Amino acid sequence: MNFLLSLLILLPTAGALAILFLPRDKTGAIKALATGVAGLTFVLSLPLWFARGFRESAGFLFREDLDWIPSLGVRYSLGVDGIAALLILLTTLLSVISIYSSYTAVKTREKEYYVFLLLLETGMIGVFCALDFFLFYVFWEVMLVPMYFLIGVWGGPRKLYAAIKFFLYTLFGSVIMLLAIIALYFFNTTGFLWWKGLGNAPSFDILHFHQIAPLIPADLSLWLFWAFFLGFAIKVPMFPFHTWLPDAHVEAPTAGSVILAGVLLKMGTYGFLRFSLPICPSAASNSRVQTAVVVLSIIGIIYGSLVAMVQKDMKKLVAYSSVAHLGFVMLGLFAFNNAGMQGGVIQSINHGLSTGGLFLLVGIIYERRHTRQIADFGGISQVMPIYATLFMIILLASIGLPLLNGFVGEFTILVGAFLANWIWALFASFGVVLGAAYMLWLYQRVFFGELKHEENKGLEDVNLREVLTIVPLILACLWIGVYPKPFFEMTAPASAKIVAAVENARAAARPVPAAVAAAAPAAIAPAGAVPAEVAPAADVKGH
Amino acid sequence: MTASDFLPWIPVFPLLGFLVNGLLYLVAHSRLGGKDAPLGSHGHGDAHAAGHGASHGGPDDHAGHGGGHGAHAEIPFKSLHTWVGPIASGLSFVFALLAIGSWWKETHGHHPIVATLWTWIPMGANAGWFGSPDFSVDVAFRLDPLSALMIFFVTLIGTLIHVYSVGYMGHDEGYGRFFAYLNLFMFAMLTLVLGANMAILFVGWEGVGLCSYLLIGYYYKKDFAADAGKKAFVMNRIGDAGFLMGLFACVAMFGTVDFGKMFAAAAASPAIYAAGGLMTFACLALFVGATGKSAQIPLFVWLPDAMAGPTPVSALIHAATMVTAGVYMVARCNVFFRISHEWALKTLGENPTVWGLLTHDASFVVAVVGGITAFVAATIGLAQTDIKKVLAYSTVSQLGYMFLGCGVLAFGAGMFHVFTHAWFKACLFLGSGSVIHALSGEQEMTAMGGLRKKIPHTFRTMFISTLAIAGVPFFSGFFSKDQILGETFVKGHPVLWVLAALTAGMTAFYMFRLIKMTFYGEYRGPKETWDHVHESPATMTVPLWFLAIGAIFVGYVGIPNFLVPGGNRFEAFLEPSFPVLPPDWTPHPHVASHSLEWTLMLASIAIAGVGILLATKFFYPGSAPFALPEKVVAAFPKAYRWVRNKYYVDEFYEAVFVNGLVKKGGRLLWEIDARVVDGVVNGTRHLTVGVSHVSSWFDKTFVDGAVNGVGDSFQAAYKGYGKLQSGQTQNYAFGMAAGVFALVCIYIIFA
Repeated sequence: MNFLLSLLILLPTAGALAILFLPRDKTGAIKALATGVAGLTFVLSLPLWFARGFRESAGFLFREDLDWIPSLGVRYSLGVDGIAALLILLTTLLSVISIYSSYTAVKTREKEYYVFLLLLETGMIGVFCALDFFLFYVFWEVMLVPMYFLIGVWGGPRKLYAAIKFFLYTLFGSVIMLLAIIALYFFNTTGFLWWKGLGNAPSFDILHFHQIAPLIPADLSLWLFWAFFLGFAIKVPMFPFHTWLPDAHVEAPTAGSVILAGVLLKMGTYGFLRFSLPICPSAASNSRVQTAVVVLSIIGIIYGSLVAMVQKDMKKLVAYSSVAHLGFVMLGLFAFNNAGMQGGVIQSINHGLSTGGLFLLVGIIYERRHTRQIADFGGISQVMPIYATLFMIILLASIGLPLLNGFVGEFTILVGAFLANWIWALFASFGVVLGAAYMLWLYQRVFFGELKHEENKGLEDVNLREVLTIVPLILACLWIGVYPKPFFEMTAPASAKIVAAVENARAAARPVPAAVAAAAPAAIAPAGAVPAEVAPAADVKGH
Repeated sequence: MTASDFLPWIPVFPLLGFLVNGLLYLVAHSRLGGKDAPLGSHGHGDAHAAGHGASHGGPDDHAGHGGGHGAHAEIPFKSLHTWVGPIASGLSFVFALLAIGSWWKETHGHHPIVATLWTWIPMGANAGWFGSPDFSVDVAFRLDPLSALMIFFVTLIGTLIHVYSVGYMGHDEGYGRFFAYLNLFMFAMLTLVLGANMAILFVGWEGVGLCSYLLIGYYYKKDFAADAGKKAFVMNRIGDAGFLMGLFACVAMFGTVDFGKMFAAAAASPAIYAAGGLMTFACLALFVGATGKSAQIPLFVWLPDAMAGPTPVSALIHAATMVTAGVYMVARCNVFFRISHEWALKTLGENPTVWGLLTHDASFVVAVVGGITAFVAATIGLAQTDIKKVLAYSTVSQLGYMFLGCGVLAFGAGMFHVFTHAWFKACLFLGSGSVIHALSGEQEMTAMGGLRKKIPHTFRTMFISTLAIAGVPFFSGFFSKDQILGETFVKGHPVLWVLAALTAGMTAFYMFRLIKMTFYGEYRGPKETWDHVHESPATMTVPLWFLAIGAIFVGYVGIPNFLVPGGNRFEAFLEPSFPVLPPDWTPHPHVASHSLEWTLMLASIAIAGVGILLATKFFYPGSAPFALPEKVVAAFPKAYRWVRNKYYVDEFYEAVFVNGLVKKGGRLLWEIDARVVDGVVNGTRHLTVGVSHVSSWFDKTFVDGAVNGVGDSFQAAYKGYGKLQSGQTQNYAFGMAAGVFALVCIYIIFA
């Protein structure tokens, strides 16, 4: 059996424990150990990239499956498909970068700080690996705690407000999600309220739920969908559940913002494509539901961009740009075709890279000036040319300039949206214009013009460590921008499976005339691959 | 090596140049490179800006000649930049020639050559409108007559402008940055024209937009330059959104964005793709993109502002190459526009109304927008006094001309004007740069005059180019303009012809006005500037002469066939880029009689002549150079104010869109976000806290009271219970029976 995923999950925790034994004043050793552990985790996650299996099938690889709480059917079940693997790689990369970027930014309680960052990494990787709902929920909640402390202890002036808001808001969503999970559990076994159960053995097996998805009655499917939706939409965050995000971002320390934007938000989109869509395909494929979600996504794009335009705080601006970017991701996922789905997945990664990069860059300047107000800057490209260049590249990635990653994602998403309904693409494309406008305006006000403020004249350009935190992100942005094929290949089978699940549900719901039915298989070609991919639950347990 | 081996190198050389120049510049300006603080060089950059921003209020771009010469610090790596920049562009020219040469040998220009490098974006199977093939985008370059034409003059003129920049930017502290951007621009522009599919074209399309942004904002310390750059980028993005919609429509229709495949499919069965106006939709969306890139109404206002960039940039990007990308794209997609046109005629019947055409025929929209833009921009050009602004509006106007040509389905004529315009307009801009250089940054023509003796090379080359743009016979512009005018008339658009003819007259007028105000009469600027006036170095005058010679002769590749049979080699060369449509989708050829062709030609000569004559009569008829113009202005003060202020379009956009919709809208939404959306969240918090207080009180009073009460009652019960402990068995038995009875009752009732 393969223990790679367990290793990835436990290694950061082990590192955190080791740090606990280090004396508090040995900050150098603490930093080195934290960076080393995160670095090692990143290196150990690389086999996920090279696994050929993701490129060949939508199946889950690196499986681990152990009994945990037999009476409830809870298992310690891990496994990843191409999408999850990519998100784990993003997580391990951003973790090491954010730890490395904190060396000078955090000067109080360093020991606890790095412990929490490492614990956070465990939670995040766990979420992407878990194939058991119970386990998933545990990791999902585990993740909240370190983040809560990161914001609440090392945050800005309104850190307590932001931390509590973040915690409660997401907790509220997760509790609703928990209800959905419990409902699924009972539907699978005894049934509840007026829904008759399937009479299966108790199980929290996610793959099993994927299999019984077609058996879920339409009304239950709808309830489940909206319950999951609330949990994940808060996490994404979708309009109108987004207001925790700007506060959390503004108050969080730089590393917290990077992780928050880079990974935590992806939990929401990941939730949609791992649970909402495959488990409630009949609800999702309901065109009213689809339209509702798409409309919220598009509102998110335009609304987020417009609000970002008038922000005076750089971090808040980037936070609102996240709302817009994730609107794109959601639009792609809910286009229900391969282009949209893959675009959504790739854009999730892209957003992690470019927005993570933007937060790092804002953090660099904040560390020097202890302000993030745009009005406090101006003309600083004269004193920080390298910084200005790095910022420009990441910014261009963020606004979707071709040959950088953002374009590849946005382009594919928009193709998908256009194919689903061209009006959606039309509205979403306003976001492309506004995105350029607010970002370039930000850049102009911060970097161009005369050096108006005396304090900025002595600003030092980025040092080597800071360059080293940004350059990997830039390289990744360029890679995905120029040669995204491996990324598409890695996510293609898994996303095709999700699309097929939704398409099948739609086809099942609407009996089609024979003539059209004959043409349909071409349109949903990957459908045939589905049943074979999902190994029967019993089979899995047998290993 | 074959053509497809040479092809990818053409954009790669400038890309390498960009990397080398960019990295050298960064190294020179960074702490990492070990050089000391960049502040030193910047202090002196400030001196530049101050030194000559003060001489006049206008937006001058040229950083300090004259005054500040002595103070210049060494530009790090200057000689490296000097070599790398132009050579990168030059190599690209050489490889363009090699590629074109071997392509010609291989196919005689009849067949396109496509070099596919790698799969860029594979999107898998998606249901399009007509079937669902696997859709993926390749990184691929295509060489066919259209792209061959473009790479030829883009690399050649680009290289000349690189050389010119060595002289022009020689004293600028951002020398290396300038060449880095210029090289990057060449890369993007060549990617644009070589792209074998719409997505790669779009890569270049966005790339040139970025470089334009960077180069317009090159003097980023000045707010107007940074503003202009941003404006250009955002306006272009509006167009890009349209372009993307067109591209997606192509994806939905053809399941591919490869030019070869799309055009073949469209040409094979136009009826399928035209049905219901699909093709018209796609064309109009694409044309929205073209209006952004090529500065047409309604997205034209960025181009005049773009003159904030250094003059070589204005020449290369905002005159000769990038702004013609929209025309190139429309010509590239000529099949679509032709199909849209035929579909409109088929749908609308014999006598279509103008409104019908505007809503059905994309090519007609192109022609109308082009014609109106040409006219409007020319009127604005009449009243500008900034030398570069005149040229900028002239460019907008000429671009309108090119679209007019494409719109009347004379794509060859439109492209011909792209080609000739590149030479004379680049020359005019570089000439104006030379003038500005000579006058230490002066751009207002009201402060010029009498320069022809002092800077003879600049004068002569600019004069030649002015003859070309004015449409004087035997100069290049004459042939291309005349073709567009002729085709417009012959294809049955007399109103547009009148508009275009008036434009031609105005063009001749304002260009000669420019020449007269700049080079003739008495000098009107400050004396000390006059003493410094000097002809530019050879790095600048040699490219000027190159371009001027081009401005004379390049027109001879397209002599009208009615003058010299087979004289229009240009159109014959481009022919393979215009695929043949089925007969019922091909319009009847409009055969114009020789007498009509002659009449039209003489008419356009006459119009140009009138314009020139008026300008010469208007300015400097004697001792009071501006007496007559001032009289005219006094007679029509309102009209003058409108024209002089560009019809207040900028102000309108600023008020309605920028400040109104976007900023006010953003602020409103932000208020809503903070008060309403977040208000609900915080409200929930307050509500929860409030409820908590209530429950806390409830808890203390009742729940806790109840608990305590229970305790109390137990104590009381205990006391009573003690009495039950009677010790009598029958009492216990009764208790048990009663208990069982109660349980059974509960079971029966609830089970």
